[in-house]
Formats: sequence, C-alpha cells, structure tokens
Amino acid sequence: MSLFETFNSIAFVVIMMLGLYTLIARQNLVKKTLGLGLFQTGIFLMYITLGVRDGGVAPILQEGAPLTYTNPLPHVLILTAIVVSLSTMAVALALIIGVREEYGTIEADEIATIDRADAEEGA
Amino acid sequence: MSESVVLRTIGGMLFPYILVYGLYVQMHGEIGPGGGFQAGVLVAAAFILHSLLFGKELTDRLLPTWLVDLSMSLGVLLYIGVGIVGLVKGSYFLDYSVLDPTHPAHAEALGMTLVEAGVGLTVASVILTMVRKVNGEPA
Amino acid sequence: MSDPVLLINVLLLLLAIGAALAAMWTRDLLGAVMLMGIYSLLLAIEWANLFAMDVSYTEAAVGAGASTILLLTALTRTGTREKAGPNFHPTALLTVLVTGAVLIYGTSDLPRFGDPLAPATVHVAPEYITQTVGKVGATEATENDFGDHVPNAVTAVLASYRGYDTMFETAVIFTAGVCVIIILRPLAGSARRRTAGSKEDA
Repeated sequence: MSLFETFNSIAFVVIMMLGLYTLIARQNLVKKTLGLGLFQTGIFLMYITLGVRDGGVAPILQEGAPLTYTNPLPHVLILTAIVVSLSTMAVALALIIGVREEYGTIEADEIATIDRADAEEGA
Repeated sequence: MSESVVLRTIGGMLFPYILVYGLYVQMHGEIGPGGGFQAGVLVAAAFILHSLLFGKELTDRLLPTWLVDLSMSLGVLLYIGVGIVGLVKGSYFLDYSVLDPTHPAHAEALGMTLVEAGVGLTVASVILTMVRKVNGEPA
Repeated sequence: MSDPVLLINVLLLLLAIGAALAAMWTRDLLGAVMLMGIYSLLLAIEWANLFAMDVSYTEAAVGAGASTILLLTALTRTGTREKAGPNFHPTALLTVLVTGAVLIYGTSDLPRFGDPLAPATVHVAPEYITQTVGKVGATEATENDFGDHVPNAVTAVLASYRGYDTMFETAVIFTAGVCVIIILRPLAGSARRRTAGSKEDA
C-alpha cells in the first residue's frame, strides 16, 4: 500500500492529536473548546474514509444499470455527529460566558487560583 | 443596524432567496443531497443575517421570540407524534405505512417528509435561539 | 497514484492540517476562529471529494457557517486575546505522542482505502442501497411518489432505517437549545458577586 492510500489513516490521527494537545496544554477555555471541535472532525475523517469504495459514486440512486455506490451508513452517522458537535460547542460557550461573568477571566489557571484563594478565605 | 448602504441593500435582497433555497433543500431531501439538518441551518442563517444587518429589534418584530421557542418544541413533538400515530394504529413505533391505510407506499413517503420537516424546524429554531442568547438578548 | 480522488484528498488534507495547526498556534482568538472556518471549508470540499455529498453540505453549513457565527458572537463577550504563555507543554506533548503512536499502530488493521470487501461495505450497506422503503404493498410499487425507491440513500437511511437515532438526535439538539436558554438567563444582581469585589485588578 502506497503512502497515498494510507494517508488518511495518518492524517486523522494527526488531527485528533492536534486537538487533544490543544485541549490539554492551552489554558484559555475558548481555545480548549476549539481543540475539542478539531478532535471531533478527526473522527469524522476516519468514518468517511471507511465508507469509500473503489470506483464508487455518491449514494444518490440513479436509474438504469446498478452502479457501485459508496456506503451511506457512515454518512448518516457523521451527519448527526456534526450537528451534535455544534450543540455541545454552543453549550460550552454558554458556560464559558457564565464563567467569564463570574470570575472575570477565562484562563483555567487563573480560575483555579481564584478558587483556591476563596477556599482559604472560607476555611 | 449596519451603517453600510451596500450591505443593507444586498442583504435585504438576498434574505427571501436564502429562505426559499432553504425550503428547496428541505423538500428535495429525498431526491438529492439535502434534508432537515441542512435546511434548518440555512433558514437560521438567513435570520441571523437579517439580525446582523438590520438590528435585533427589527428581527424580533419579524420573528417574535415566543414563536421561535414554540417551534423548537414543535419539531420534536412532530417527530415523536408521527411515531405515536404508529403505536395508536396498532403497529410498531415509527411505522410510517399506517399513516395512509389505502396506499401504504405513499404513506412511507409522507412519513419521511413529516419527520424531516420536524427535524428542520427544530434545528432552525435551536440555532437561531443559540445565537440570539449568546448575543445577549433576554428571554 | 494516478487516481485523482487520492491526489486531491492528500492536497486538501495537507492544507486542512496546516490551517488547523495555525489556528491552534495563534494567541489571537479571532484569528483562530477564522482559521477554523477555513479548516471547515477545506474539510467540506474534502467530504465532497470522498463522495459524501450530504456530509459536505452539512459541514459547509454548520462548520463554516453556524459554528463560526456562534464563536464570533461568544467572543464579543469573553475577550479575544489568549494570555501569552509557553508554546510547548512537555507532559501534554508526551501524552499526545504516545497516544498518536498507539493509534497509528492500530490503524494498520483498517481495511485498504476503497476496499469493496471491507466488512463495513458488505454487512448492511447493500440492503440499504437496494432498499425497500416505498415498496410496502406489491401492487403499489410503481405508483408512489418516488417510483418505488427513495433516490437519496442517505435520507432513506436517516429517516426510515435509522429513524430512532434521528429522533434522539433531534431531542439532543432541543436539549442543547434549552440548556443555552437556562445557562444564559438574566440573573439578579446578587448572583454576580465578583464583578467589583475580590478581583480588583481584573
């Protein structure tokens, strides 16, 4: 198998790891949310790649001789996954706006410092 | 309200065409690429464009908030309602062929169209609501 | 090597990875959101290249459209600069490299790109393509609106064969909308206790 054919397998791991690194390493909450979205698109790439067939066409059935169609099932799963990823990103952003109004900052380490200072005051 | 005359003119002219295109994508979901999700996002995008160009008050007069909230729930209810009709008529949940007892094949087409309409309605209202709320509009 | 699908596939994915890398590197959140919009558009073209038309449509509308708008309106309320800091986080880098290596080792078991005998292609997909939606009642087959099959196989699977999944997914979208309404409801002044109080150097 040439590199061209296995490129998708490596590419989706690279995209996923890029998203995972951003999720862990960066402190800004909005950046973490962007990293999570990137992670999800890596998964979509893997699924769509699994559905491709040699010489296939888009799964819109046409009249006449039966053609080889690409597998429609991964398309359905990814369709719903894209819209669900948008929904979770919207809820995450709403929470981040609430955090911003509550703490005045959206950097995770500063929020942890404020929480620790509050715990020491209260205890 | 956008201060650019070019944006307001072109946006105002485009707005009905985007809505019609969204309706086209919704209705042709079974024949070509399309369906409820894409159409819902298109319709929401049209209203977001309108509110960016003409201000929130004008868009709220055009499409009141209670209507958007209602259609959020109506979409899910429509979907589940189609399923419950199947239960009521003695078959399994989400059986489309009982919707029209004389022509069960027509009924499957009808069931799929209704279900996609429910999905499109919910997706459009939810995306519009999300952008409105994140933008800071109350209720 | 001469297959245009593979060539365009590699080109688009390289561009997309470049855009994603730039988006994650920059400290300017506005630029990062714009770059993620570009990434979504490139990915939408990539899905069209891999013959996933519905997915391409949805990715262009949702990823490059609604998602970018949502992030931009949220950025007006949270601030657009990320705090400066070290670019390399050694623990995260180690974790990511180890996980990535294990995953790439695992992908060696995946079927060849475009294999017609892959398990995913021979299991239920042929049933979905030679479908029976609209064929209820043998004498009705040529009379119904679709002429005995639904042309868009993806919609047939979405609305008929996997109708339960779509129903629950609609409920998930509805729940997310309700969650956003609840989280961002206007609160009385007593709940915003930190705006002027303990963090005076904000």
